[in-house]
Amino acid sequence: MSATVVHSLWTTTAADGITKIPAPNIEYAQLSPVLIVLGAAVLGILAEAFVPRRGRYHTQLFLSVVALAAGFAAVVGLAAGGYGTTKKHIAAMGAIAVDGPALFLQGTILLASIVAVFTFAERKLDPEAHGNRVDSFVAQAAAVPGSDTEKAAVKAGFTTTEVFPLALFAVAGMLVFPAANDLLTLFIALEVFSLPLYLLCALARRKRLMSQEAAVKYFLLGAFSSAFLLFGIALLYGYAGSVSYAQIAEVVNGTVQNVDPALAETMGNDALLLIGGAMVLMGLLFKVGAVPFHMWTPDVYQGAPTPVTGFMAAATKVAAFGALLRLLYVVLPGLRWDWRPVMWGVVIVTMLGGAIVAITQTDIKRLLAYSSIAHAGFILAGVIAGTSDGISSVLFYLAAYSFVTIGAFAVVTLVRDAGGEATHLSKWAGLGRRSPLVAAVFAVFLLAFAGIPLTSGFSGKFAVFKAAADGGAGVLVVIGVIASAIAAFFYIRVIVLMFFSEPKPEGPTVAVPSALTTTAIAVGIAVTLVLGVAPQYFLDLAGQAGGFVR
Amino acid sequence: MNPVNYLYLASLLFTIGAAGVLIRRNAIVVFMCIELMLNACNLAFVAFSRMHGNLDGQIIAFFTMVVAAAEVVVGLAIIVSLFRSRHSASVDDASLMKL
Repeated sequence: MSATVVHSLWTTTAADGITKIPAPNIEYAQLSPVLIVLGAAVLGILAEAFVPRRGRYHTQLFLSVVALAAGFAAVVGLAAGGYGTTKKHIAAMGAIAVDGPALFLQGTILLASIVAVFTFAERKLDPEAHGNRVDSFVAQAAAVPGSDTEKAAVKAGFTTTEVFPLALFAVAGMLVFPAANDLLTLFIALEVFSLPLYLLCALARRKRLMSQEAAVKYFLLGAFSSAFLLFGIALLYGYAGSVSYAQIAEVVNGTVQNVDPALAETMGNDALLLIGGAMVLMGLLFKVGAVPFHMWTPDVYQGAPTPVTGFMAAATKVAAFGALLRLLYVVLPGLRWDWRPVMWGVVIVTMLGGAIVAITQTDIKRLLAYSSIAHAGFILAGVIAGTSDGISSVLFYLAAYSFVTIGAFAVVTLVRDAGGEATHLSKWAGLGRRSPLVAAVFAVFLLAFAGIPLTSGFSGKFAVFKAAADGGAGVLVVIGVIASAIAAFFYIRVIVLMFFSEPKPEGPTVAVPSALTTTAIAVGIAVTLVLGVAPQYFLDLAGQAGGFVR
Repeated sequence: MNPVNYLYLASLLFTIGAAGVLIRRNAIVVFMCIELMLNACNLAFVAFSRMHGNLDGQIIAFFTMVVAAAEVVVGLAIIVSLFRSRHSASVDDASLMKL
């Protein structure tokens, strides 16, 4: 296209040009889950500005829980209205898909976030500071650790109630991420949920240096990976002349109509497609935490405040897998023979790498981080199945896994000594003799991670491996079972440590939580057992959700 | 001038940025290299936009600028708080959690 024509796109006389631009047609009702959560996040910011300090905690907690519950109700309403099955379509001028997988994942993210917000709001674990109840978050984030400013802030009873609106912004981004139907929306949603998470990581009340270090690492590596994602988007845009998923898929499949000379030139250039696709995949695999893009996971999971770790481990993973599924199934199915071998390799090293390195860990949060890497590998095995069973098994696994994760990290917040949470594994020795209930609950979560029958981990793994085997990835299933066996070893080792070793005299104490954390753990246990004993209803639900709108 | 040349320049800038992230040790410089990578993406978007004769790429460049600005706000806040508590912004010094 000549320079003058491009120039005229910008300089066409105003009256002529503007009347030709149609007003966008936005289906607000179908976007309501996202809009409710975003609106509540904005209200939360206003509450920070106008509500007196004393009342902020209760205002923010109420606002967040109500908004997330209302968002979930909106998702259920849309699903009941048939938007997941017969009426699935693409809303907001091609930007957002409203279909079964999107609604299922949005529902999962919202429910998991409600539970995570409960753990955010817990204020009974730390001893009271100067007569003020404190939560897991720093009194004043800007104060230097150990400085007089910080002591004054603690004495004045400050708390960082900004965590609630930050979490809501993150949730809003996560709701858009699996529903994004063009690459620009995908990138913006990624940043909308990542930026608040970087900040949340830096806000731990105890061990602040570690928390800040985790935030810097997460931020630098996250920004690095999103730059790769963006360059990949640029190359795919160059290849197809559009960022819409449908258009790119058409060009990849070679079924595109109206090929103009510029498109004819770029769509013949496979380098743009292959490099672009690989870089976009890289950005998503980073968020998922797959080997070789997993380096940030252990440090960030260990350093971040534990409630934030639980939230990140559960909700981010759900959102990122949703986006990955949509990319591979809607945009790049025509490229399957190119991405499958690569993803095979990623799955194998992720499953084995996560499971093997986890054995050597001595910190419970790092151990759970490596376990989450191994689980990312198991879920990826379902992703590459390439069938509708693959989609539904991944959806089910994500729903099961997210509640177990939040529950497990909630238990980690309970075991404490003078320095805050006692995360070193040696301190957990004999926990089962001191506090049998807490140890038993944690053991159930570990068994679910290990995939022992009658827990949700087993039904999830079974569904994913079955889909992978049916999809022609039998070798992966064998390797997956081996990795599961290796993983089971270190889960069981923790259980043995808790129940069959002598408690140390100077060992940690188990804090008695308020109803908030108790609810979070109880929901985790309930989901683990229900999805383990009677998974059929939920498997059907995930099965009905299968099928992306194109 | 052939717009493809701008793509070569964009790839070159992106590579310089990526190499800088991997080589440099000061968190601020690392962050500046990431910004360079984002700007390389912008150049690629605008060049492709010119090649295809549609405005999508130019619009995306605006979005990228906004995202980069938001990233600066968050990133500098985190890096400055790290610097204030450690008196160093070196990414090598931040190693409390190594095995």
